[in-house]
Amino acid sequence: MIVFQTFLVLVMIVAALAAAGFRDLLGSVIACSLVSLMASIIFYFLQAPDVAMAEASIGAGLTTAIFIFAISKTKRHEENEKTD
Amino acid sequence: MRKQISLLLLLIVAAGFALCLAGAPFGAEGARESRRLVKDNVNYGRRYVSKGLDENRCANIVTSVVLNYRGFDTLGEVTILFIAALGLGAVLYGRRAGASPDEAQRPSLILSTGCRLLFPLIMLVGIYIFIHGHLSPGGGFQGGAVIASGFLLICLGCRKKKLNSVALGAAESLSGLAFVLLALIGLAVGGSFLLNFLPTGKVYALFSGGIIPLIYIAIGVKVGSELSGIIDNLSGEVR
Repeated sequence: MIVFQTFLVLVMIVAALAAAGFRDLLGSVIACSLVSLMASIIFYFLQAPDVAMAEASIGAGLTTAIFIFAISKTKRHEENEKTD
Repeated sequence: MRKQISLLLLLIVAAGFALCLAGAPFGAEGARESRRLVKDNVNYGRRYVSKGLDENRCANIVTSVVLNYRGFDTLGEVTILFIAALGLGAVLYGRRAGASPDEAQRPSLILSTGCRLLFPLIMLVGIYIFIHGHLSPGGGFQGGAVIASGFLLICLGCRKKKLNSVALGAAESLSGLAFVLLALIGLAVGGSFLLNFLPTGKVYALFSGGIIPLIYIAIGVKVGSELSGIIDNLSGEVR
């Protein structure tokens, strides 16, 4: 069990780093949603099912959809800064 | 005239702050007082866990704390969500150009039928979660989010469907009013805001916990309609 939880935490850390690193905003949002999904499974194992449900439905579901709607109204790729 | 009224309002707010802060402990005496309060707070946590089942007859202790012992905080949370939805509506107001999608955007028959088949099931799960909030994990916020995800499915799958924003607004306002009214009835009957004035029944029964299930139903409807309204606003002009 501890191995599985360690694996979840590692996936979460990698996904968080990827979310910060991606230049493609859509990929970044998907990585954020992966972080929320892993967090909700970890909450469940920590015996907090209430928080796990909230995290899964709001963090992994609705927030992702709202971010994707926002991206569809703006540009998908982050532009390089050319001010230097 | 306007200046005087705003000055008067400012004075009222300042007097309120002064009254609140006048009772705060200060100095060496105050430090001892606040240490005692902190110790009491630790005991409060233990007390909620040990006595919550007897006092509220509410099988889920988390719900008992969220809606009864710390119910005022929950009212604040619901208000914050309301203000966020209001702000989003104000920003996006009047931007709903060209509501009719062209032929190429219309979803296929299989997709829209599948969405219509799944939608009632998702609604059922959401309503189950908030009606059983005092018995099993979950509650108004979680159930409301599940309901909103059902509306999201409809928005994505059947593009031409538009949600009835008047009905959503009415559901939201009425459920918010129901929450505050239930809390005020407690104030009128027993002298404290959010008092559990209904008979609490037997533990683990569906009709138990006094006002807790009623408040969670109100919160579920409110959160569900608010989040659905946000999704409806945002998906209005998806290209």
